Amino acid sequence: MSPTPSPSSPQASPRADNWHTRAIGVTVLAFVVSAVVGFVALPLAQPDLKLKDVWDAICSAAGVASRPTAEKPIEPDFKVSSVVLTPDLLNLEDAQSIGRGATLAHQCAICHGPAGISRADSPNLTGQYASVVYKELKDFKTGARVNAVMTPFALVLSEQDMIDIAAYYAYLPRLPSPRADGTPPPRIVANGDPMRGIAPCGACHGELDNKRGSPRIDGQPAQYILSQLQAFASGERRNDISQQMRTIARQMTPSEMEAAARYYSGESR
Amino acid sequence: MLTSKRLILAHFWLAFIVFGVALLLGAWQMLVRSPLVPWISNPEWYYRSLTAHGTVMGYAFPTLIAMGFGYAISESALGQPLVGRRWAWLGFGLIVVGAVMALVPVALGLASVLYTFYPPMIGSPFYYIGVVLVVVGSWIWVALMSINLAIWKRANPGKPVPLAMFANVAGSYLWAWTAVGAALELLLQIIPVALELSSTIDAGLARVFFSWTLHAIVYFWLFPTYIAYYTIVPRAIGGKVYSDTMARIAFVLFLVVSMPIGIHHSFMDPEVGAGFKFLHSAFTALVALPTLITVFTICASVEIAARLRGGRGLFGWVTALPWSNPIMLAVAFSFVMLGFGGAGGLINMNYQFDATIHNTQWITGHFHLIFGGAIVIMYFAIAYDLWPHLTGRTLASLRLMRLQLWLWFIGMIVTTFPWHWVGILGMPRRMAYFDYTNPALAVDAFSVILSVIGGFILVVSGILFFVVLLRGQTAPQTDSGPYRFATAVHPPVTVPAALNGYALWVGLMIGLTITNYGYPIAQLALRPGTAVPAVYVGGQR
Repeated sequence: MSPTPSPSSPQASPRADNWHTRAIGVTVLAFVVSAVVGFVALPLAQPDLKLKDVWDAICSAAGVASRPTAEKPIEPDFKVSSVVLTPDLLNLEDAQSIGRGATLAHQCAICHGPAGISRADSPNLTGQYASVVYKELKDFKTGARVNAVMTPFALVLSEQDMIDIAAYYAYLPRLPSPRADGTPPPRIVANGDPMRGIAPCGACHGELDNKRGSPRIDGQPAQYILSQLQAFASGERRNDISQQMRTIARQMTPSEMEAAARYYSGESR
Repeated sequence: MLTSKRLILAHFWLAFIVFGVALLLGAWQMLVRSPLVPWISNPEWYYRSLTAHGTVMGYAFPTLIAMGFGYAISESALGQPLVGRRWAWLGFGLIVVGAVMALVPVALGLASVLYTFYPPMIGSPFYYIGVVLVVVGSWIWVALMSINLAIWKRANPGKPVPLAMFANVAGSYLWAWTAVGAALELLLQIIPVALELSSTIDAGLARVFFSWTLHAIVYFWLFPTYIAYYTIVPRAIGGKVYSDTMARIAFVLFLVVSMPIGIHHSFMDPEVGAGFKFLHSAFTALVALPTLITVFTICASVEIAARLRGGRGLFGWVTALPWSNPIMLAVAFSFVMLGFGGAGGLINMNYQFDATIHNTQWITGHFHLIFGGAIVIMYFAIAYDLWPHLTGRTLASLRLMRLQLWLWFIGMIVTTFPWHWVGILGMPRRMAYFDYTNPALAVDAFSVILSVIGGFILVVSGILFFVVLLRGQTAPQTDSGPYRFATAVHPPVTVPAALNGYALWVGLMIGLTITNYGYPIAQLALRPGTAVPAVYVGGQR
């Protein structure tokens, strides 16, 4: 019961090979059995998959992408946004671009104010994210967003014009918060309503966080915010990529729309 | 023969300090999303805290415990001073620097991406680079464990490697290989986007890489606990290990089958084929095997101790166990939690069952029960057992230790059982806010309040743990003698080469990784058009 191995032949027992063969054999067996069940037997047991043969089953189970159908995709009967926002699209440090933008923005002043602060319930553009101004201008130009006043202005702008105007408004200072008294946000802004699929407004539009392409809506006129929510809810406005705002606005009650609009505009009533 | 006491103590202290902070964050998180207090109105605070809690508990705390315990095992089991102590301090330093570098942006709200990263969300590059430094620091430990074992083997040709060191090195190899998945995700995908060298990321591929790490990392957390089961518990309660061979087989099985199973975390992900999901599900079933072997062997070892103490009868021997011994208490609690957590795990690995509880609070309950419960309670036991040998002072407060372990056990059950329940009711995880006035959620309110109470019991237990260690600092100096590990009923005289080394098992581990992960990774990496725009957290860039 005490076979001390000699130092010259450590653990060189014939059983060592046995361990290797058995361990590798059991592992290979486990793999092969699992693979046959997972890649052949189970896919073939599902009539819904409509598999032609074993090779088809294996490809399906491995996740090989199926070829797209020859049928043409159904085109929507309205224009969709064609904007692609990339980090290097808008060079905000280009002084020439900002200068050109300032000149071009003269035509915007009639509604949006000479310094980007509107007195006509049009959006305030001062300090707005460049990506937002650029996207909306381009959507007006392509017809993805339609407005009797804005569309004619946007139609004549070139790609560079839109970039310059966006750079100019982003360069202007942001409006201070309209709520000096620190009014707490209403539930719809701070919490949303997860059970109805409504994200908190503040998760994308400021207050909590800001996502690329989402406008900063703090300090915008209440009437403008309300009318846009209603337009999203009715489907009149649909340039929100992936329908985020339409999905949210459809679920909001009129009083929630008003609460959000009042809060962001800073109007107490 | 513990000569690197300062090094080992530094690892344990840092581990427990960051653990204490993360424990408080966890309790706060449970409180603020419960019906007990008005909501904080800002989910960002919640996710910031959640990111810090997960990063500390998932990466820093267990890694430091495994490293500190690993150095202690290397010195005392091999009976030789640690070779490469300076390198070990370097590894420790990298972890300190990495942890600070990662947690500062988290505290500033610039990296609220959770410890699982969740691309396409992208946070500050410092967060990810910090995590990489922690991993690199731990790889130094992996290398040192391997080198120290090689030196011992050269000096002791033909002798069986002591069980504790055999398991320790197996754990280090598992960690080295499983960390590669997250490392690839960070270095090839996330960090370039965080540095704005690219603005899109293949989120599906990133999730597959992370699943490579995410399951086996749990077994890396588990290794110190299993080592304690086999090599501390029988000695501490006056028994012997039932079978040295069974223990070795359990550890090498972990090496082989805990790796190629991670895609069971992605059962609901569309980017992985159903066949690979089945393959991973089948291998996940196999990973229950080493745990069942361990449960059997440890129960047998404990029975040996009971019978040596005069225990009689089919079950009567249970009463003869030294229940006043904290280690006995810890292992019993650990087994109960492992049993419930393991049963939950068998449900999670099952594709059809998983569909009902995927991404619900059930999952949060499951991994807290396994990690926070079964694993961490043995980390406490390891500290209690090892501390007198590190500080030269006795931990005399046995009553306090028992109270601490009882509270941790009760707290963890009270926290996690209601979580499982609300998970079955459909309560999602990773949510900062629940409107309990909604009739659909009102039913969850009571269970959520219960789990908050559990969370605060855990905080009390955590405080007691520090009290025990700090009271130990005031005890008079005594000599605790050399640190020993449990011996087997039949101490190994010769061990098959396969159970005295790792080549075969590491080979199988890598082979199964290639068969089970190779195609899904290659397919996603080579297929164009799978990247999506990054979403930078902490404001527009």
